Amino acid sequence: MKFDAFLPYLLTMALVTYLVRAVPLVLMKKKIENRFVLSFLYYMPYAVLSVMTVPAVFFATGHVLSAAAGVVVALVLAFRKRDLLTVAIGASVGVFFAQLLLQMMG
Amino acid sequence: MRPEHQDSPFVRGLKDGISICIGYLSVGFAFGIFAVSEGLTPLEAILISATNVTSAGQLAAVPVILSGGTLFELAASQLIINLRYTLMSILLSQKFDSSVRLSDRFLIAFVNTDEVFAVASSKKSVGREYLFGLILTPFLGWTAGTAAGACAGDVLPALVISALGIAIYGMFIAIVVPPAREQRSVLFCVSIAIALSCLFRFLPVLSGVQTGFVVIICSVIAAAAAAALFPLPEKEDGHEV
Repeated sequence: MKFDAFLPYLLTMALVTYLVRAVPLVLMKKKIENRFVLSFLYYMPYAVLSVMTVPAVFFATGHVLSAAAGVVVALVLAFRKRDLLTVAIGASVGVFFAQLLLQMMG
Repeated sequence: MRPEHQDSPFVRGLKDGISICIGYLSVGFAFGIFAVSEGLTPLEAILISATNVTSAGQLAAVPVILSGGTLFELAASQLIINLRYTLMSILLSQKFDSSVRLSDRFLIAFVNTDEVFAVASSKKSVGREYLFGLILTPFLGWTAGTAAGACAGDVLPALVISALGIAIYGMFIAIVVPPAREQRSVLFCVSIAIALSCLFRFLPVLSGVQTGFVVIICSVIAAAAAAALFPLPEKEDGHEV
């Protein structure tokens, strides 16, 4: 994409992302007490990651079946509490072999 | 826990940061491939990683940018997706010892990622030198990984690229599944989020909604529902300031 069209987007996202991190770290000296707000903030990462992953992950590899194979591998590894890197690589390896298989079957 | 050696705080931070760095190299690599395959230039992909240092937000931003979404949509989606850092920054600030100056906070905030937060908050308290060591290699790994991925897209065979397309999602799955397995509340939240996300994708009436807003709407509803039905237990505050 053209760089001068891209630049406003870059500045906007960098600024928002930085402020979200920096404002509380710099200003916040006391703790949040509201139980609902604390709970909401606690669940938010899981909600965001889930929304971003499903169903998009099934369209991330070019074939729904190979993506599904990667998801199964990732789920099994994550269920066994393997670290992030292991799960990410395991999922990729799963997709790789599923793609190979799909190509061989034509 | 191994006992403290004679390493300086900075070196201890560096050592703790290396494992994060390795993970970021590979996921940053995947982001670089993704961003370029979607239509950004390598330089643009690298600039995004160097200035944002956050996987989920960056991944969500790419389609918004390339579809010519409004700056408001981009800002709102980044705000929601990255809102978790607000909590992490608040919690992290409680761990700072007296060596951390105000100016340090501005710098540390820049690389307060999920993993950096997880490592730092597992300590009793952290000082400025340790934190600088901790954030240095993850930042470099994330940016260098993106650069490699953005430029290697042409070199690698299509098969490998499509396989790496799932790497970021694999990392997300690794973050979500363990707590969802152990806490019914998290499982509930995840289920609601997935159900809503699929509705927006496949229901013709809703499938026109811009991706950035879909993430906001679905995750706010899911997190609010979980917070209402499964509020966190009242804190019996163990840790002293």
